[in-house]
Amino acid sequence: MAEKQVIDARGTYCPGPLMELIAAVKLATVGDEIEVLSTDEGSASDIPEWIRKVGHQLVSTASESGVWHVVVRKAK
Amino acid sequence: MSSSKLSILVVSGTLERLQMAAMVASVGAVSGTEITVLLSMNSLPFFLRSSTSDPLPEGSFGKMMAGKKVPPFRQLLQHAVELGDAKIHPCSMAMDLLGVKPEELDPMLARPLGLTRFLTDSAAGQLLTF
Repeated sequence: MAEKQVIDARGTYCPGPLMELIAAVKLATVGDEIEVLSTDEGSASDIPEWIRKVGHQLVSTASESGVWHVVVRKAK
Repeated sequence: MSSSKLSILVVSGTLERLQMAAMVASVGAVSGTEITVLLSMNSLPFFLRSSTSDPLPEGSFGKMMAGKKVPPFRQLLQHAVELGDAKIHPCSMAMDLLGVKPEELDPMLARPLGLTRFLTDSAAGQLLTF
């Protein structure tokens, strides 16, 4: 069964949130969802770009009270 | 995934340049770019196992980075190697001048590389210098 985990990268600057996400994606199973929490504005646009480039799936991206929530599904 | 190739030559020992080189290497490597880094001149001493000093900032931005949660450049390079299969080589000339052997260097580094080989390898892609 697919799992969902949350990576709390709030307060970390670029490319910290992206690197934390990638380390989690590497350990995850295909179909798993990973949500990254980030306060870094650059990472909020950079992470979806990485997801598109390497072929995973962007599930959602939203900002709440200055925190970006980016959800990715491991696709391969 | 892209299959582009990027070579990064690092000669500076200042915080900003080491940080930017490490950022480019790590993000490039995890995005499918084949990354080769050559550490030479003032950068290499920071990759000795015995190194205890941190690079100094060269400007106001570097000073501003202190105390913020900026990922350390060594950690980013480690990510580049482990998550993106980047190759980080010490420059053989710089090793000769410093009088250091491969076993005295950070274990994440690949084998020593000379400039001729580095230039031959980088001919098919882009080359950035920091």
